[in-house]
Amino acid sequence: MNAGFDNALADGTPPSATAARPVHRTHRFRLLLQRELWEHKGGFVWAPVIAGLVFLFVTLMGVAVGEAAMRHGDGNVTVNGREISIASVDLGSITSHMSPHDIREFGQGLNGALYVSAGWSLLVFGFVVFFYCLGALYDERRDRSVLFWKSMPVSDSETVLSKLATALVVGPLLALGAGLATMLGFLLLVGAFAMLHGANPITLVWGPADPLTVIANLAGSLPVYVLWALPTAGWLMLCSSWARSKPFLWAIIVPIMAGVLLGWFDLMGADGIDNGWYWQNVAGRLLFGTWPGTTLAYVADQPGVHGHDVIESMGPFAGLAANWELLLRPAIWIGAIAGVAMIFGAIRLRRYRDDN
Amino acid sequence: MNAIERMPATSGLATEPVVRARHLRKAYKNKLALDDTTFEIPAGRIVGLIGPNGAGKTTALKAILGLIPFEGELDVLGRDPRSQRDELMNDVCFIADVAVLPRWIRVREAIEFVAGVHPRFDRARCERFLANTQLKPQSRVRELSKGMIVQLHLALVMAIDARLLVLDEPTLGLDILYRKQFYQRLLEDYFDENKTIVITTHQVEEVEHILTDVMFIRDGKVVLNAAMDELGERYTELLVGADRIDAARALKPIDERTLPFGKTVLLYDGVPPAQLDALGETRTPGLADLFVATMKGTYA
Repeated sequence: MNAGFDNALADGTPPSATAARPVHRTHRFRLLLQRELWEHKGGFVWAPVIAGLVFLFVTLMGVAVGEAAMRHGDGNVTVNGREISIASVDLGSITSHMSPHDIREFGQGLNGALYVSAGWSLLVFGFVVFFYCLGALYDERRDRSVLFWKSMPVSDSETVLSKLATALVVGPLLALGAGLATMLGFLLLVGAFAMLHGANPITLVWGPADPLTVIANLAGSLPVYVLWALPTAGWLMLCSSWARSKPFLWAIIVPIMAGVLLGWFDLMGADGIDNGWYWQNVAGRLLFGTWPGTTLAYVADQPGVHGHDVIESMGPFAGLAANWELLLRPAIWIGAIAGVAMIFGAIRLRRYRDDN
Repeated sequence: MNAIERMPATSGLATEPVVRARHLRKAYKNKLALDDTTFEIPAGRIVGLIGPNGAGKTTALKAILGLIPFEGELDVLGRDPRSQRDELMNDVCFIADVAVLPRWIRVREAIEFVAGVHPRFDRARCERFLANTQLKPQSRVRELSKGMIVQLHLALVMAIDARLLVLDEPTLGLDILYRKQFYQRLLEDYFDENKTIVITTHQVEEVEHILTDVMFIRDGKVVLNAAMDELGERYTELLVGADRIDAARALKPIDERTLPFGKTVLLYDGVPPAQLDALGETRTPGLADLFVATMKGTYA
């Protein structure tokens, strides 16, 4: 019978087995990433966007307060020994009196504000991805949907790797997008404020500020972030895959108890224990690696290096350079290897972890 | 059921059993779920795997689907589900219990996902199945009733051209309308001689008429494995009055139950019906009666 599907259904005979059209691996992986976004759109898209909007709103409120102070204010400020009424401040005239050095310093200050404006989305993303990793392989067992996912021809490795890629690549890119959009919104807001006070926003704000540098610093650090966050993502996903209940407690308690025990041995007078080292390089890296920017804390903490000096001495790309410089240190690679091993463990555990 | 007679083999595969299990063993903490279990499931059949709670039905299915580790030899479509699960899942599909579809997913997303990952999924077919239901592409699973969730799951699975379909209590908790509809669709729109379906259920009466084979499992052992037509030849039920009960008992019935008004129903295994006809009214026993007789004392 060569009837088409419609006829086949009408006369009750199912269609003969048709040759399976192969699904390309990358296409399948794209669908797996898509699935994670369907499920976690709120966390990966809306949370960073809302964080950015809240920041912009608070900024706007701050500006409004300033405006109100100027309008009704009798406030006078002292500038270079002269009393000036705030209400009469002409931002345009200020810029015209700034020396090139002043402008550069002012620009650096503005850039700092840009980092802050982009940072809120990334900070919120750090929380999102922490809990995403903890739930990634646990929630599907709790609601038993793992039985549906496992009825599809998708291997455990593909599933776990798609979740890892969501946590460390897709998620950060979306958060970065939200952060950079917030930054641009912030620039527009400040520019509008300057314009309102008679200044040319191009010379006062958009000229001295250097959003492209900020973008390059943040986006360029992403590959380092992926490597750096691997042990945290790996540890959380391992707990997620292993725990029969309460993965959050296990993930937190194990590194903390180990640290407390080490500290106790230390107090008892055992030799060769460096408790501080443990907290920073083991517990810290298992729990806090998903927050973008924690790398800089480690850079700054190296003996003989002071974060501020690094940034002073190396110019606008200091942050980026400091991040990439991490690749020369064994710590990041040891962490990454440990992370990969834990991901491998999570894949193995998912294979036979029961739904009950 | 003539339509389901095994077809002459068009390829070597059709005559190979779909599942061949030998000496399966699986122990949970304090219970042996599979105890030297041995069975075969031929191709092109609808097999009912029937047993009391905790008999090992689900464990056997999970072993076939590669969801749990176990001991023994198991061959599903020529593959070992322990080591070749990824390849196997192209040809095997299952509905494990009701309501395992993720609650957050939308109907539209579920279809898109399966279409994207399954090489044997026919999207148009799935959409046609859903056209006859009240499911909307935008609705989320959490907004659907249990019956509608099963409709969606069945539509997804029936649009997959798998060689083995495993259904573990697929209609648990559904009302009679959904249950009837479920099995009817399966039979009319899905099953053919290239497919094999394995079903576990407690609602024996409802699957009885669609099964071609039945397998009773008790305490991890297969206690009965027969085609439905064989059952009719082998087992006979006899209705006798009080006057002939002693003669009837002399033929060694395997089960006996008393009806009101002094009548007794006796169940015989392998006694020729001609011999029983003389004693009273005979008929082929229902699957449920046979099940109860076989499983007597399970919970004692």
